[in-house]
Amino acid sequence: METETGLANPIEQAFQNHIDGLDTAPAWWTEFKRQSFEVYANMPMPTRRDEHWRFSDRSRLETIEGFSFDDSHSATISHKYSEWSNIASSETAALTFVDDQLAEASPLPEDFLQAGVIWLPLAEAIQSHGDLLKDYFMKQAADLGSEKFAQLHAAFVKSGALLYIPKGVEIENPFAVFNWSSLSNGTIFPHTLVIAEENSKASLVEFHGSIGENPALSCGVTHLFAGVGSKIDYTLVQNFNEQTLGFQINSNVAGRDSQIDMHSVILGCQQYRSETHGQVKGARAHVDMRSMALTEANQEIDQRTLQTHAAPNATSNLLFKNALMGESKTIFSGLIKVDDKAQQTDAYQTNRNLLLNRTAEANSLPGLEIEANDVKCSHGATTSEIDEEEIFYMLARGIPKPVAQELVVYGFFEEVLDRIVDDTLAESARQMIRSKFHH
Amino acid sequence: MTATATQLEIDRDKGDFKYEESHKYDAGVGLNEGTIDYICDVKGENDWIRDFRKRALKVFEGKPMPTHWATKDLENIDFSKIRYYLSGDNRSKKNWDDVPDEVKETFERLGIPENERKFLAGVEAQFDSEAAYSNIKEAVSKDGVIFMGSTEGLMEHPEIFKKWFGKVIPTGDNKFSALNSSVFSGGSFIYVPPGVKVSHPLQAYFRINAENFGQFERTLIIADEGAEVTYMEGCTAPKFDTATLHSAVVELVAMPGAKIEYITVQNWSSNVFNLVTKRAIAHEDAVVKWIDCNIGSRLTMKYPGVVLKGRRARGEVMSIALANEGQHQDTGAKMIHAADETTSNVISKSISVGKGRSTYRGQVHMPKHLKGCKNNTECDALLINSDSRTDTYPAITVRGEENYVQHEASVSKVSAEQIFYMQQRGLSEAEAMSLSVNGFVNDLTRQFPMEYSVELKRLIELEMEGSVG
Repeated sequence: METETGLANPIEQAFQNHIDGLDTAPAWWTEFKRQSFEVYANMPMPTRRDEHWRFSDRSRLETIEGFSFDDSHSATISHKYSEWSNIASSETAALTFVDDQLAEASPLPEDFLQAGVIWLPLAEAIQSHGDLLKDYFMKQAADLGSEKFAQLHAAFVKSGALLYIPKGVEIENPFAVFNWSSLSNGTIFPHTLVIAEENSKASLVEFHGSIGENPALSCGVTHLFAGVGSKIDYTLVQNFNEQTLGFQINSNVAGRDSQIDMHSVILGCQQYRSETHGQVKGARAHVDMRSMALTEANQEIDQRTLQTHAAPNATSNLLFKNALMGESKTIFSGLIKVDDKAQQTDAYQTNRNLLLNRTAEANSLPGLEIEANDVKCSHGATTSEIDEEEIFYMLARGIPKPVAQELVVYGFFEEVLDRIVDDTLAESARQMIRSKFHH
Repeated sequence: MTATATQLEIDRDKGDFKYEESHKYDAGVGLNEGTIDYICDVKGENDWIRDFRKRALKVFEGKPMPTHWATKDLENIDFSKIRYYLSGDNRSKKNWDDVPDEVKETFERLGIPENERKFLAGVEAQFDSEAAYSNIKEAVSKDGVIFMGSTEGLMEHPEIFKKWFGKVIPTGDNKFSALNSSVFSGGSFIYVPPGVKVSHPLQAYFRINAENFGQFERTLIIADEGAEVTYMEGCTAPKFDTATLHSAVVELVAMPGAKIEYITVQNWSSNVFNLVTKRAIAHEDAVVKWIDCNIGSRLTMKYPGVVLKGRRARGEVMSIALANEGQHQDTGAKMIHAADETTSNVISKSISVGKGRSTYRGQVHMPKHLKGCKNNTECDALLINSDSRTDTYPAITVRGEENYVQHEASVSKVSAEQIFYMQQRGLSEAEAMSLSVNGFVNDLTRQFPMEYSVELKRLIELEMEGSVG
């Protein structure tokens, strides 16, 4: 791993500093990180021949080590950052991170604490709930192309949220996590881990954004574990500035009779790669994954999804909608995999692309791999401009064309936005969408 | 129903026969420059063809197997054990009486009877590499239509051949098009002059007879301005113990306003690797339609494509694939839109029986300077048994103005209710299943010429035998 001169390169130096800074962490944690970094360093970058990277611009991947991984200097956290957390309101408890430093934590209500709910920043959870993390942390492998970046995440991750809901506990209001990036050329590694035990219920909303216009790298992971009969509802709103390079690796495991709803609102980043793997592992589980992305200028939003069915009588439903402006580019690559054991599966996958500019480019790779015969599986992908008739209808009522187009786009996204459990967050997302049309 | 079943059994055997091989020319096993020299010398080809073949060989050797997206089964092809050129007699027979009896017998068993010959405009049948029999009705040739083996085409009409040869599918398009370019022999060459509408379909049958002999036919069809032609190919192959390779290249050129319909009904034996590159160029207002039925073979990889080069050109692919036990049908379509207001339509139906696997792989491409293009793609898969498998991998890229693309795919099984309904009316489960499957493909088959849709229905019935119960 060392260069010919024997001197460590910047990322190795940064990793060494990172490990040195973990002096109070348990040994397994530092060992796990060392191994992750080793694997990261030895794993080749995705190549042109890699099907998981078909249509993607891989040129920026080569530059990621140009970002600063050095976390030895701690940013001064100003209290005012918490004001930016007003984008969600109804939360049970919230954690705010700025450049991977905990900026604010609103306390977990006492009765939930009594009920055994665990809600902790990752750094604290490693000290106090190491055994739980040992069982669940990074236990869902990245398998959609970003294996190398998942290892990078594991090597450098230090902040994030752990939510553990014990058996039978139901919490109505969502938990909230805010991840901000502010440093120039900085790196953040947001991590969210939700474990819902038998027949429990919880929701979590997460926001990723930038303070200022500095370029940055975000490499995040979200893992959801839904136990038997449990329900998890998760929303991620991503609105980084358009200098940021983002990776987001999502995965969920749905146990018997469980339900997982996973929503993404994607607005920011110069280039954003998101991978979502929905794993149906228990019979009669239901997994619903929805996403919307609004792109402009030269943004590239690259989304890869996988729905795997390993158990019978389960359903999964995926809806990914993109509206493209400017010279932007989207890639949707989705696959439904149904094992031969997963009879009576209902699995659907839909990708809709709305081209708002002739130089925008929408790529769609909707796939199916079906090994069971008694299934209902389908996928659909459409790409088109706004239907002229819809515009005409509004023009006839005196609505100017640009406004009419905007309204159609808002309507197009509502199918995703109206599923967000936190009304304030949904409204904030609508505002962010609006401001993309008017800046 | 028993009588019908017996009838069908007899039909099934038609592909399972083999004649003693007596080949006048045999290039031996393996592929190197010497093989190419042998082929060129036997065929008496010009130096430019020899150079073309040798360049192609280098490309073939330099290209890796496309196993980063395709099945690893490709690695089981041992190119060093294949015979690349065999020929019974080097010259095409112009007269039916000159055709050797054993070849005639092959035709008989394949079912090219006299009455069919009367019906069809011309019969161009291929026994191993060379066209063994060729006959064109006067009505066709007097309009200036050229229909002959591509070997003869290359010799007799180099001015037309050379202009389009390798232009639709360049040598380096993929590993197997490069292989074909280095060792091609046989195949059809058709030229239809401007404005000529060939009223009857032109037809060719291909056969593979010699064990371990790869068939590398090369077909080039040019429909000049406003011309129309339908070409049909049927393929059956005898069963062999070791794998056989078939790797054809088919190039179609539809000049402005022309129409080409290319129909394939294949029934390869289940040890054949069938790796075919088929592509058309459609100029302004031209229409190209591929109708492709894939039954049999160990592995078929075939994605007929249309490059829509002229304004308002239209491309269509209609395909049916049936993957039985041990078979993998990896088929699909490519629609490359390269002019405004071009339209394309892909309808694909697949049936997987037993452990059979059918795969749809498609590409639709609309670049940014285009407007008013439309594509519709529908893929329906039917799974018969619990261990049958189907995959769908389309790739769609859209830019430009007023372009519209829709893709839909569904996977289903034969509904238990349908089977129950038919069983109640006295059909056996197998008959009911067969009827359902035929119903599934019916809206496609009824668009085929009558004799092909009949043949196909019977082939499907045969394949479905023993799949249930």
